[in-house]
Amino acid sequence: TVMAAPMTNDQSWFYALALGVSFLKCLLINAYHSTDFEVHRNWLALTHSLPVSQWYYEATSEWTLDYPPLFAWFEYGLSHIACFFDKEMLVVPNLNYASPATVLFQRLSVIVADVVFFYAVKECCKCLREDKGKDLLGKPSFILTVLLLWNFGLLIVDRILGDLAINKHFEGAFLFSVLLNLKHIYLYIAPAYGIYLLRCFCFTQSNADGSLQWRSFSVVRLVILGTIVLSTFAVSFGPFIALGQLPQVLSRLFPFKRGLCHAYWAPNIWALYNIADKAFSILGVKFRLLDINKLPKASMTGGLVQEFQHSVLPSVSPLATLVCTLLSILPALFKIWHRPNGARGFLRCLVICALGSFMFGWHVHEKAIMMAILPLSLLAVDSRKDAGIFLMLSVTSHYSLFPLLFTTQELPIKIFLMLLFTIFSLASLKTLFRKGGALLNPLEVTYLLGLIPLELICEFVYPLTVWQKTFPFLPLMLTSVYCALGVTYAFIRLYISLLTCSDTTKKTKMQ
Amino acid sequence: MENWSLFSLCVLLGLTSRWAVSFHSYSGAGKPPMFGDYEAQRHWQEVTYNLPVHEWYFNTTNNDLNYWGLDYPPLTAYHSLVCAYVAKLLNPEWVELHASRGYESHSHKLFMRATVLFTDILIYIPAVLLYCFYFCDGSSKQKVATALCILLYPGLILIDYGHFQYNSVSLGLALWGILGLGLGWDLFGSLAFTLALNYKQMELYHSLPFFCYLLGKCIKQGLIGRGFFQLAKISLTVLVTFALCWMPFLSDPKQPLQVLHRLFPFGRGLFEDKVANTWCSLNVLIKIKTLLSRETQLFLSFALTLLFILPSSLKLLSKPNLWQFKLALVNSSLAFFLFSFQVHEKSILLAAFMLPLLVKDGLLLPYVVTSLAFLFLSLYLLSALERSTEEELRLGLYRKLTRHWLPKLNLSRIIKWKFWFSLVAMAALSFTSVWLEPPAKFPDLFPVLVSILSFLHFLGFIIYFNLVQLMEPQRKKSQKKTN
Repeated sequence: TVMAAPMTNDQSWFYALALGVSFLKCLLINAYHSTDFEVHRNWLALTHSLPVSQWYYEATSEWTLDYPPLFAWFEYGLSHIACFFDKEMLVVPNLNYASPATVLFQRLSVIVADVVFFYAVKECCKCLREDKGKDLLGKPSFILTVLLLWNFGLLIVDRILGDLAINKHFEGAFLFSVLLNLKHIYLYIAPAYGIYLLRCFCFTQSNADGSLQWRSFSVVRLVILGTIVLSTFAVSFGPFIALGQLPQVLSRLFPFKRGLCHAYWAPNIWALYNIADKAFSILGVKFRLLDINKLPKASMTGGLVQEFQHSVLPSVSPLATLVCTLLSILPALFKIWHRPNGARGFLRCLVICALGSFMFGWHVHEKAIMMAILPLSLLAVDSRKDAGIFLMLSVTSHYSLFPLLFTTQELPIKIFLMLLFTIFSLASLKTLFRKGGALLNPLEVTYLLGLIPLELICEFVYPLTVWQKTFPFLPLMLTSVYCALGVTYAFIRLYISLLTCSDTTKKTKMQ
Repeated sequence: MENWSLFSLCVLLGLTSRWAVSFHSYSGAGKPPMFGDYEAQRHWQEVTYNLPVHEWYFNTTNNDLNYWGLDYPPLTAYHSLVCAYVAKLLNPEWVELHASRGYESHSHKLFMRATVLFTDILIYIPAVLLYCFYFCDGSSKQKVATALCILLYPGLILIDYGHFQYNSVSLGLALWGILGLGLGWDLFGSLAFTLALNYKQMELYHSLPFFCYLLGKCIKQGLIGRGFFQLAKISLTVLVTFALCWMPFLSDPKQPLQVLHRLFPFGRGLFEDKVANTWCSLNVLIKIKTLLSRETQLFLSFALTLLFILPSSLKLLSKPNLWQFKLALVNSSLAFFLFSFQVHEKSILLAAFMLPLLVKDGLLLPYVVTSLAFLFLSLYLLSALERSTEEELRLGLYRKLTRHWLPKLNLSRIIKWKFWFSLVAMAALSFTSVWLEPPAKFPDLFPVLVSILSFLHFLGFIIYFNLVQLMEPQRKKSQKKTN
């Protein structure tokens, strides 16, 4: 009928993209896991029906409240709206209650959250300076939007970064404290943000070469910052401290009773540690260095259990992981204290903090990797090296999420979406950095291509073999270990690039 | 961005939306005793696997034709047979004779959906990609945009992955036929189209343009000499293909007759249900279904169909080029849809007009989403509205005619307004059909309104496209082709 016109409208591409993502989500709404809905229903119910003193003690459902108090207050507010949809969902014993009105309410809240997300992304894109005359698909903000929108990821980091770029530090600090009180996973990046604020904000001036000028320390600013942060925490935790429930709350937030690893090992250092331990124990038994009767029962045939006892290598305690995490992020923190590089340096440090906490943390969920990928995507559209690292990390981490969607029905979807994202990031970043050779070196390409046989084996070939019955955990373990290698590699490369980057005085696009 | 990446992104988006729609319900889900089209396809697998060929189309003790008897040509039957073999490997219960009637399970649904996806990837999607690559003008981005629009076409997705059918096979084969003709490979094109015809008899709607195009081309090459040889080769290809497809049925003269009887059920009357064609809409005013005898109805529909396809076919015969061919395809299928006998609403495959059917299948959500998406996408990508200047609409001649009666009218503005009006009307009708209760005196009010609205649109389209094809104003080589 009619010809296709070039996509020249400036703003409408954003809406087209946003709508496209929303449409897809609508279609997939049937596939949303019921557990997510049940978790939220339970939290709505208990914040609504129970008094505050009971919130962190309630354990009727298995999905206990394990987010910080501000989130609980948020759920409490939401429950008042939920009242109008269906009062029955707010009754705590109604486990797995799913009337049509309930489902509608849940879906609407998801959509509203998405709208907020889109807005945040849009704001973020404003920070990037556009070159006129580049075609649409090559524009960094387009790529960024796609990368962010299609990242099933987190929201408010963008908002904060937006604030940062416009030097609205107070708002940024406030938002971050709020964020921290909403989801304590942001503790991962709190050190980076804290140090950065301290360094760049409380010390009002730097020397010409970027180093610290001690005399420019502003007590006023420190006090204001401290007040903001502390008051946010007070509002959030206050009632619980007053009730003397702080230990209980903390124990819910940081469940150290759970094992070192999730039931499915997140692809971090401990996955590699576990596999090394298993390998040593098998070899030890083979070469008769170890007595098989002395080893813990589960280590030989058991798979991914939560309470993992190491047989050969020393067991890991929560304190050990904390120490390792701090050690891993300390050099980065020191670097930005010493020579902050503006927003770019902060972002890099942010990524490293998030990655470091992911790599060495206790009972890490693989979704936590998204915390590192989002800021990295901002860096990726600006620098070649970062683009390469981003590709490695994003593809590996997306693949590591595959075991979360394990039904046959979701198999095509996850493969299609992953291919979609990979091809898009690859092609667009390639176009963006056309000059200067390939983004990925041959080793990285081989590694990424190796994901294809891995997927084929784990999902298609392995279930048909005899070992499926005896060692059902093997595909998960393989996935976990393979991805851990990729993530570690990215971590190391990022660190190298942070430590070796020269202090730049050239104008960065972010500032 | 490079071509390959854009095209693969397109395909992936198309595949994702298809599979996402397949999560939803299918035709006749959980509705005994008859269920729906999904059960029909499963039943055909059961019949073709368990019974010998000569019993497939006959009413026997093992094969009750009243319960979803086969009413598509042999190629569909063979396809069902292949699927049945796979089904037997996975779970024999799915194709147990008699015992598997009304079988419904999650894994079976996955299997059936997977078969649709498989044939889609094999036949339809490559055809679309090749078509956009070779026959679309413009930069590669515009080609990709067109490919995306075609792949995201809601009608096909909803029918095939929601309601449950295998239209992508016949449409894909027909598209291969068009591709073949466009590239000058007449034999390949005829082969592909004959296969399409043997898959679903609905493709007869397209057969006349194919025939006229090829005949016209042969005549142009001279009926004595090359043209004649070409004609002979094409006819031979077609006949041999038919023979091969129908081979198991040619042993006994009763067989082909019975098959034809199943394919063209003239005993069923002028129309069933609510279809957006002339007869159904006319029936609202004059009860022609009861007024006229069956023979008269047949004659009337035949005559009118012929009347509407003759001009376009003759024009194609005289000027066999690709542009005329494509227009003739549209005209011919519209004419058949509007005027022929026993038309099923699926024959039009236009999502927005099939609300009643889809709501019945519990597919309201996918319908809304895909239609909106498609609309938005085509508006955005193809800038449809911007292009509706008079040139593009090729209505220069038309304008001259109407200038006498309707001076001072800006035709493109009218078209734009009409478009928005239609959109609002469709949206309003969709909304009311779902949320409001019809008055007791007219329980079928909303489906009928939808049919009539759609019918008026189609009538307008057929007139418009006929005008475009017949008038063919002066155009330079560099002008764009239509789809």
